[in-house]
Amino acid sequence: MSVLAYIESTKGIIKKNAFEIVSYSSALAKQLGIELIVLSINVDDNSELSKYGATRIVKVLNPELDNFDAKITGNVIAQVAKDINATHIVISSSVDSKYMAPLLTIDLEAGYLSNVVELPSNLNPFTVKRTSFTNKAFCDASIVSDIKIIGLSSNAFGIIENESTLSEEVYNPSLLQKNITLKSTEKISGKISIADADVVVSGGRGLKGPENWNLVEDLADTLGAATACSKPVSDMGWRPHSEHVGQTGKPVATNLYIAIGISGAIQHLAGINSSKVKVVINNDPEAPFFKAADYGVVGDAFDVVPRLNEKLKAFKAQNS
Amino acid sequence: MKILVCISHVPDTTSKINFSDDNKMFDNQGVQFVINPNDEFGLTRAMWFKEKQNATVDVINVGSSVTEPTLRKALAIGADKAIRIDSEPIDGFFVAKQISDYITSNPYDLIIAGRESIDYNGAMVPGLIAGLTKMNFITNCTNLEIENNFATLEREIDGGKEILTCNLPLIIGGQKGLVEESDLRIPNMRGIMQARQKPLDVIPCSDLDSKTKSIKFQKPAPREEVKLVSSDNLDQLIEMLHNEAKVL
Repeated sequence: MSVLAYIESTKGIIKKNAFEIVSYSSALAKQLGIELIVLSINVDDNSELSKYGATRIVKVLNPELDNFDAKITGNVIAQVAKDINATHIVISSSVDSKYMAPLLTIDLEAGYLSNVVELPSNLNPFTVKRTSFTNKAFCDASIVSDIKIIGLSSNAFGIIENESTLSEEVYNPSLLQKNITLKSTEKISGKISIADADVVVSGGRGLKGPENWNLVEDLADTLGAATACSKPVSDMGWRPHSEHVGQTGKPVATNLYIAIGISGAIQHLAGINSSKVKVVINNDPEAPFFKAADYGVVGDAFDVVPRLNEKLKAFKAQNS
Repeated sequence: MKILVCISHVPDTTSKINFSDDNKMFDNQGVQFVINPNDEFGLTRAMWFKEKQNATVDVINVGSSVTEPTLRKALAIGADKAIRIDSEPIDGFFVAKQISDYITSNPYDLIIAGRESIDYNGAMVPGLIAGLTKMNFITNCTNLEIENNFATLEREIDGGKEILTCNLPLIIGGQKGLVEESDLRIPNMRGIMQARQKPLDVIPCSDLDSKTKSIKFQKPAPREEVKLVSSDNLDQLIEMLHNEAKVL
């Protein structure tokens, strides 16, 4: 019996969410009293994972796995899981992992819960807390199958440092046949993605038009943040759909979410509810967002945001 | 081309979420139920396939009779036939198994589901169906074109998008982008009248296999009151974010 943590990488570099996956998996393995094994694909240097409790790494190195294919990657994880007799598998909530998870679930005849936010509250039956109703509620749910797959919500558990000594072994899986062809990938270059960001700066209709988005972008630059927007803004074509956060858009679970000129419709709030600290800047003191935020500034965005940006620049310069 | 759209019956996006006194069940009193938004984008895309490429469109739901108005709405929007598998859904695996069993004996070229339902947010039903039936599967699908049994799709990824191609049969997890919000259709009177005459087959569920159980629900703890900072004192905001919230 063992816990298998699957960590993701881009171009050979471990993704940031891996540290939280390993921290959680290490704590889970301890709670279960079984070994933790970490699986990485096409990562040469896994040494950083030892800071968070990883002791044994299984490396798969195969250039054919460079482009993510949910079925093929899922099946590789399944092969490793069977080989090491994994009873608990921990994966992230990235778009790729959520795509792959149900296929892995069938491969292993497992049970899968997504959006998990805590370690198990009970081991028999295996019970964890997850978000549901788009962050408007939590649900205690149990997995009743022998093999359990846990999709950890990002920024829910956090990172726990736990220096360990690492041993590595290489595993050579067989690969399923490719049925889906990747034609092209378009990444918004030079910009941090909403999924990877610690800070997200988001704009709404209060900004009056796409020509004013420099306010959002400048503040995001200062903070090293991703930019996002409310649904009406993406519906009107001011900003691309990929920036729309909320119930039918992207979920945001970041450390700091700054909402500028967003009134706070219930669907928007649902999508950003998992963020730790929420700041709202709005000229309408009655805006519903003030009821959901931690900090608020009642004021005109066109006045407040540039001044806030200057002050933050000075703050960053002092504290860097 | 034969299309099946999986329809989840969910509380309207504006609903206040409450639970029964013992917190074991969703309290549906006074709640309006709708077609899951991610499914509705897919249903509308299916209507375009029907109108432009002569597809037939069936819709399916796993649920008790309370979901029938939602299926009738899908028929009023233009679906040809509805299928209801008569059972309270237990979990995502249960729903996927029921639909897989149905399509194994009633094959389709294209299955459209939503990337996730907005109630339980499992985000697994289309992928589990794909795993059970070995169909090609792409989720977070924001564009779909089909010519001669060959599909070209756009998938949203973290920080961008990718273009993929594959053969049918195919199952997708759809979302906004398949069609735009402004493309969604409100059933007209003629559609509503016609929907009453269209077939809505009720079939028994095949087995009761499930892998997970929802035990109890809980609403997030009430928030502390927002801390308001004067727009003349933005230094205080930075100080609070740095020292109190520790996010700067």
